[in-house]
Amino acid sequence: MTRALTALETAGAWVLGFLWALPLAYAVWTAFHPSEFSTHFVPTAPLTLENFVKAWAAAPFARYFVNTILLVTMILAAQLVLCTLAAYAFARFTFRGREIAFLLVLVQLMIMPDVLIVENYRTMSRLGILDSLLAIGLPYMASAFGIFLLRQTFKTVPKELDEAARVEGAGALEVLWKVYVPLARPVYGAYALVSVSYHWNNFLWPLIVTNSVNSRPLTVGLQGFSSGDQGVDWSIITAATLMTSGPLLIAFLLFQRQFVQSFMRAGIR
Amino acid sequence: MRGSVVGRPVSANVHGWLLLLPAAVLLVTFTHYPTVATLYHSFFSTSKPGRPTAWIGLDNYRSMVEDPVFWQVLANNLWYALATIPLSIALAILMAVWVNGKIAGRGLLRLSFFTPTVLPMIAVANIWLFFYTPGYGLLEQVTGLFGLPSHNWLGSRNTALGCLVIVTVWKEAGFFMIFYLAALQSISPHLTEAASLMGAGRWYFFRRVTFPLLMPTTLFVLVNAVINSFRLVDHIVVMTKGGPDNTTALLLYYIYDVGFKFWDSGYAAALTLILLVILAAFAMGQFLFLDRRVHYQ
Repeated sequence: MTRALTALETAGAWVLGFLWALPLAYAVWTAFHPSEFSTHFVPTAPLTLENFVKAWAAAPFARYFVNTILLVTMILAAQLVLCTLAAYAFARFTFRGREIAFLLVLVQLMIMPDVLIVENYRTMSRLGILDSLLAIGLPYMASAFGIFLLRQTFKTVPKELDEAARVEGAGALEVLWKVYVPLARPVYGAYALVSVSYHWNNFLWPLIVTNSVNSRPLTVGLQGFSSGDQGVDWSIITAATLMTSGPLLIAFLLFQRQFVQSFMRAGIR
Repeated sequence: MRGSVVGRPVSANVHGWLLLLPAAVLLVTFTHYPTVATLYHSFFSTSKPGRPTAWIGLDNYRSMVEDPVFWQVLANNLWYALATIPLSIALAILMAVWVNGKIAGRGLLRLSFFTPTVLPMIAVANIWLFFYTPGYGLLEQVTGLFGLPSHNWLGSRNTALGCLVIVTVWKEAGFFMIFYLAALQSISPHLTEAASLMGAGRWYFFRRVTFPLLMPTTLFVLVNAVINSFRLVDHIVVMTKGGPDNTTALLLYYIYDVGFKFWDSGYAAALTLILLVILAAFAMGQFLFLDRRVHYQ
């Protein structure tokens, strides 16, 4: 009885696992085979990279890649600096208005920049930076999530370490750099992974603030490409789709454990 | 409860605020100011050539009440949330229980479940668009094998929103799974042993022990799922553009349409305010009823 049940459950898990893998497997099949095989699943179908070559040539993907890489790097660098400083203030300084300020920071966890597109567009236009990487990145640079995460971590640092450094004459920033930052390294790693995946994948806001190849990230470029007049050649579109998510996907397959742990660490508050 | 006072109070005040300042400036500019400005701008008309923007009081809200699309979009979003949230949570728990146990091929299953999480929604939507393509996509080929008539899944009013729900559940369930997995791994094996000694069935054990222990995780996942159901509309841009007949337009997508296709920024501000009110109400509810135990200290 129990054995039958276990077998049934294993079968169920495998069916679900198969269904979950199906869309991606289908995309991989289509992208790596000539278009006449895109819906013919015969094992003898010849493999080809032709679709990737065509996709690469049909749109400025090289530029999109550069834009995305610059974008995620810029956002992450700003986030690390800003969130570290703010988290340090919240964790180890008693200043007037700290509790209120912290609550105001937490507001961003609920009301994310993703939903404030109308007003933020207005602001960017007034600042005169529409259609730039800076405009895409600015709303995300002070991340409530990052501040929260680092504050939790900094609070676990023993005060004795802090005080010992101060006795040796280190200033506040020096203590931060020499004591807190090294101890929080795993948290920084987790946060970086989550931030990079988030901004590599972000779409709606970049779509709104950009209108030229010079500033469009991959996601927006891909959308323009696949909804354009390419004729509906699915082989090329899926090739482009896999290409844009490729670096992240490969990184994930190589460092599966780190990814899962980072997402987990970042999520559990 | 206050933390250690570093240095003298005056310098702690100054240092604290100086450290906070850069982040605070950006937060105020791109979160707090736009939230307030949304309310303010929702009382103004949209400027048109030869007609500058003017105070119109509640007119934007009046047209909202009379706008059938607004009500439809709100209903869509409600159904979308009511379908995606329980489905993805239930599947996430199921997946977590499976890959936590001693099931054959556990590593592959985990990989399969979690991979959609790292893919961009925009890429996922492209893949699923192909999947649903009438006459040509994989879905049609499978239904064709069973001799079912061809159906335009994304193009008909009855199935379009359902198709989007499936995409969202597919993308989110694996993400939520990892939180349940972490929670399951923290449940003491002694509990399971004790229960099996006492002859408790697996389902009974799950209902009376595991599920209650997973409650904090469920709350956390629930908050994420609710926010996502109002925040993420990338797949709509790719797959349906809100159609057919607005049956798949969610609130944020409608805001995008009104604000950046019709360039009616006054009305878009009023619509955004509704979205903010929904999110704020949810935050309040969470704060007051669900999250009493969690102190951000």
